[in-house]
Amino acid sequence: MIRELFSFNGGVKPAYNKAPSNRQPIAEAPLSTELVIPLHQSIGGIPRPLVKAGEQVRKGQLIGGPDGNVSSAVHATTSGTVRALEMRRMPHTSGLSALCVILDPDGRDEWIDHAPIPWRTLSAGEVRNALRDAGVVGLGGAVFPSYLKINPGKQGRLDTLVINGAECEPFITCDDMQMRERPDGIIKGAAILRDLTQARQVLIGIEDNKPEAVAAMSAAVERLKAGGIADRMEVVAVPTRYPAGGAKQLIRVLTGIEVPHGKRSTDYGAQCFNTGTAHAVYDALDLGRPMVSRIVTVAGNVERPRNYEVRFGTPMRDLVALCGPRPDTDRIIMGGPMMGYRMPDDEVPVVKATNCVLVGSPALFPPPGPEMPCIRCGECARACPVDLQPFEMYWFSRAKIFGKAQEYHLFDCIECGCCAYVCPSRIPLVDYYRFAKSEIWAREQEKEAADQARQRYEFRLAREEREKQEKAAKLAAKAAETKAKLAQQEAAAAAGTGGADVATADPKKDLIAAAMARAQQQKAQVAPVNVENLAPDQQAQVAEAEARLALAAVPVESKANAE
Amino acid sequence: MLSALLVMALGAVLLGAALGYGAVRFRVEGDPLVEKIDAILPQTQCGQCGYPGCKPYAEAIAKGEVDINCCPPGGEEGIKKLADLLGREFKPLSGEHGIEKPKSVAVIDEATCIGCTLCLQACPVDAIVGAAKQMHTIIAAECTGCELCIEPCPVDCIRMEPLAVTVDNWKWQYPVFALNQNPAQ
Repeated sequence: MIRELFSFNGGVKPAYNKAPSNRQPIAEAPLSTELVIPLHQSIGGIPRPLVKAGEQVRKGQLIGGPDGNVSSAVHATTSGTVRALEMRRMPHTSGLSALCVILDPDGRDEWIDHAPIPWRTLSAGEVRNALRDAGVVGLGGAVFPSYLKINPGKQGRLDTLVINGAECEPFITCDDMQMRERPDGIIKGAAILRDLTQARQVLIGIEDNKPEAVAAMSAAVERLKAGGIADRMEVVAVPTRYPAGGAKQLIRVLTGIEVPHGKRSTDYGAQCFNTGTAHAVYDALDLGRPMVSRIVTVAGNVERPRNYEVRFGTPMRDLVALCGPRPDTDRIIMGGPMMGYRMPDDEVPVVKATNCVLVGSPALFPPPGPEMPCIRCGECARACPVDLQPFEMYWFSRAKIFGKAQEYHLFDCIECGCCAYVCPSRIPLVDYYRFAKSEIWAREQEKEAADQARQRYEFRLAREEREKQEKAAKLAAKAAETKAKLAQQEAAAAAGTGGADVATADPKKDLIAAAMARAQQQKAQVAPVNVENLAPDQQAQVAEAEARLALAAVPVESKANAE
Repeated sequence: MLSALLVMALGAVLLGAALGYGAVRFRVEGDPLVEKIDAILPQTQCGQCGYPGCKPYAEAIAKGEVDINCCPPGGEEGIKKLADLLGREFKPLSGEHGIEKPKSVAVIDEATCIGCTLCLQACPVDAIVGAAKQMHTIIAAECTGCELCIEPCPVDCIRMEPLAVTVDNWKWQYPVFALNQNPAQ
């Protein structure tokens, strides 16, 4: 039966340039003299470093533990010694540094002890933890931790599991070569994902410009159907049109489901994994091997473009050197020409997100012509695969009216670059969207921080007020207590006979009285000096002062009694 | 004539009763304008505006006692938003209240700290942890960068550090087009 296929609007057909790199089989990239393994390789929390400088590690050993709800583990990609944990430049457009584990390989490439994980006997949560600890993330480019995507969705079970082998971006052939050479692993991984998500059917979508991959995968599905592994699976060739490999686009082509703004595909019973991710799931669960390497296409301005199985942390320079870069090479792009990011230099390491190392030169990628004003031709809207209005978003992003840009669903933009590709005015539209998106994110974070500060400030004010009241209450209680005591004493004094023996009720008062008596005595002992030749009026003054002093020295109670 | 007057009077009484009931029934607690202004203010609680916090400043703005350009941490953008909200004219930041600085957090030099707790009392958001004669430290994630802890410190061990740009909070730049396409020429 021929499956009915659907279509998405827009898209472009750029020159694919895939042929040079898919003629040779996948080769293992040799071990570099130094591996730089960034701890932050996936979306989510930065993994905690678990090793120290000088420590011996083996291939597959955990070096970064997942931190937080959205985070994935990082492993040593060969055996050797940890030289240091230091800040190194990341494979990121900004050229900024982040914490990396620097590994000196010992050349033995020894694995840790690993065994298949009996995932069929484990609960769903335990399988998710196993995948998280194996560092499995989406290899299509977004590096979203895969364990978070393995749930049957709101309806309890998934209808369609889409395995994405479309690989629509020019130059990249890593999924193509993996499907040709290792289809069994991909299908076994897809079977695990099917069983975990309880999907009714599995559709493996491959663009029809990869007939070898379609044939290899179809043959493998037929072969594995005998063992019951490839049940409910089908390989579907989809029309070649960029960006058919976008998750939502492929789901739409295969199932006709159009995921609306603000919703997830799982809400409509569809979920999408990359073929490489499916293979990594198979490696992690059926073989017990964490993710330590991936297939990377090296293409562009090189003599021998090819796909390599590369350990994470291998410097891109070493990888490019294998393929013979031409002398006019001036840049390295991670990813493809449409969505890739220019790297700050060639020292940066290969990470989980690196599907392609594209070597560029001014001849291959000539500098864009001058940006001209938007002529409102609407070509970008026709090319947009997400049915957005790129020109509206462009105007508002350019004018920094971010709220309006958001109203035009800026955050649904997948940054595929179709709009900029067709723009007759050569406007770098995606650059404007990226700028607007990061500005909006920063503002949202600021707003969150402000709300938190407001809450904490109000709490502090409330606490201060409460403390004041508590203090006042305490003081009042104490005052009442002393008052009561005094009243008691007065009552006792009134009941007693009066006179000098009144104080006997309280030993403290006795002590005070004794101390006062002593002081009196001491004062009496001190003889006044310089009193011999005083004038009579002075004498009178002294006498008066002494009288006052004597009056003051009389204890309060005696005075009270005297009255 | 009389009946017309009675009808009018009755109408007035009924409408008045309805309005009076509505005023009690749908009573709005507080001034919603103050909340709106407070939502725009950066909640640094620094007091640079001359009021003891963002909320009092918001109240003063709502009453019209003070201009909208007295908040340095909010910066030009904050003033623009306030101008939009209140329908007032935009004004540049008034210099007497301070200048707009990049967002910073306070850092305690822990070797110098003597544990006097004075900064703890000054911090408006309780972002400093410590006790008497114990070393103090600042929870960077909670610090609003208000600088109120710097002045009371008797040993000057608190300094402000601008927030570092990392891979996670790095922002894409506004696209600019190089006029000189070939710098070599």
